[in-house]
Amino acid sequence: MRNNFADTLYECGKENPRVAIVVADISPAGSMEKFRKEFPERFLNVGVAEQSMIGICAGMALKGLQPFAYTIATFALYRPFEFVRDDLGYQNLPVTVVGIGGGVVYSTLGGTHHCQEDIAIAGAIPNMSIIAPCDPLEARAATIYCAQQQKGPIYLRLGKAGEPVLTDKAVDPWQFGKIRYLQQGRDVCILSYGIIMKKAVELAAWLEQNGKSVSIVSVHTMKPLDRFGIEAALKSHRQVVVIEEHAPQGGLAAQTKQIAWDAKATCDLKTFSLQDEFIHNYGSHDDLLAAHGLDVAKISQQLGL
Amino acid sequence: MKAQGEAQSLDVAAARRRCLKFRRRILDISQTVSALHIAPAFSCIETVDLIYHGLMRWNDGKSPDTFIMSKGHGCMAQYVVLEAMGILSGEDLGKYCKPNGRLGAHPDYGVPGIAASTGSLGHGLPMAVGMAYAEKIKKTGGRVYAVLSDGEIQEGSTWEAFMMGSTLGVSNLVAFIDNNDFQSLGRTSETHPTFYPLTDKFRAFGWETIELNGHDAGGLFEAVMSREGKKPLAVICKTVKGRGVSYMENVPIWHYRAPNKDEYVKAINELVEVTA
Repeated sequence: MRNNFADTLYECGKENPRVAIVVADISPAGSMEKFRKEFPERFLNVGVAEQSMIGICAGMALKGLQPFAYTIATFALYRPFEFVRDDLGYQNLPVTVVGIGGGVVYSTLGGTHHCQEDIAIAGAIPNMSIIAPCDPLEARAATIYCAQQQKGPIYLRLGKAGEPVLTDKAVDPWQFGKIRYLQQGRDVCILSYGIIMKKAVELAAWLEQNGKSVSIVSVHTMKPLDRFGIEAALKSHRQVVVIEEHAPQGGLAAQTKQIAWDAKATCDLKTFSLQDEFIHNYGSHDDLLAAHGLDVAKISQQLGL
Repeated sequence: MKAQGEAQSLDVAAARRRCLKFRRRILDISQTVSALHIAPAFSCIETVDLIYHGLMRWNDGKSPDTFIMSKGHGCMAQYVVLEAMGILSGEDLGKYCKPNGRLGAHPDYGVPGIAASTGSLGHGLPMAVGMAYAEKIKKTGGRVYAVLSDGEIQEGSTWEAFMMGSTLGVSNLVAFIDNNDFQSLGRTSETHPTFYPLTDKFRAFGWETIELNGHDAGGLFEAVMSREGKKPLAVICKTVKGRGVSYMENVPIWHYRAPNKDEYVKAINELVEVTA
């Protein structure tokens, strides 16, 4: 995913001389090196100094550039939070804050590197948009959008590297602010976003083996949330399942329940989020998700089939 | 900057007259609100006036240069200058901190003449570095001036930006530090003695650095114009908080208090041109 981001940013930077990237001693490999070599003035490394990373991006945007701030998600959003809020949100500047390793994908690095509250935190900032692509293709589409939009700040939550392509046969194209059906079914609808989408795909396969017709939806734009699209999904399926790699507060689970209440939805709604805990476990990404209760065996048991 | 052959100049006598008017105007406005930051504005008035009238280049009311009031609480000093220049109106200042007004106690980006929102300390210099860098790579020739408080230097983000400013070589950036030696809980030289010396710190971070009397507009102007200009410049302005009103000078309560009627009359009567 981060390689697709780098490839795409390089292309955007080649087309648009206003596109710049400011990193805090963390940089994607591959094409970013090409960006750095070809556009050295538009590749800045501030060092391990995330507050000024955001402030410098704000200053560049105030002078007409289109900067991306880039580092590990916890350091991109939490460490300089007040800079993101004041400099980017309050001034409503078109700066993209790229967080690598959203969720618990840095599964061996411990809680300091787990970004499990970011959607709630970024989403509470006025003017802030949030995009969380589920695969490298969505990461590409999102990066292109971020490089050209002038509406305001965006938090772009990415995974790391090596994620599978899940959207090459999607029913709908990627469009900012709209949910997207990766496949369309009739009985159960799975709503998810970010790299935990792989679990949604696994769960859909299990449900299909059990005779269900399943929709899989990528809610890649977490703010502004596509309320109409989610409401339609709630009304057109007997069961809706939310799977997210985020704390239970302020993410897709909580917001889908709010929409369901407002829409007087009658479907069965089940939500699965990370636990509201720091889990002192290590292992693979799947191991961490499982420790939080997010594996297909556990989820499927709770669907009441 | 001098090397670039700019016809910048400063009429020191006129600057003194303006600054006296600005102090009076701020005292007048103080009678319309319950509180405002008078003393932090009085310590940096000469600096702000110098930036607008001596350093920024103007053509038909527009400037290629940018000013950021990083010590946002000192914005009364900026508002009265912008009013005198016709960028803000008398009505704007009349509605300071009032419903339907557009001027609050901290600068708000989007208001005419305000280049960045400040108020939270430690934000102005990183933004100024980003602006100066953008001007540099866009080759606009634009310069960036920022006024920081000395208390603000305690913010880690300011040091991040000092380090990055010199790394990026933004010689088109000048940071004025309003060194009145006071912050909310006392005199900095007493509460945080290792805060000083400042010049050594800025030099160590790769900035050209000068220190001088911040109420001496002529001296400030000469110092800035005779800089070497190869690095970003830090100007440590030794100032007096509340300068111009005897009972406000170096008395912490006047950081935010507005004078009552009697205090106002006393202050107005004793204001004179500050000569240095």
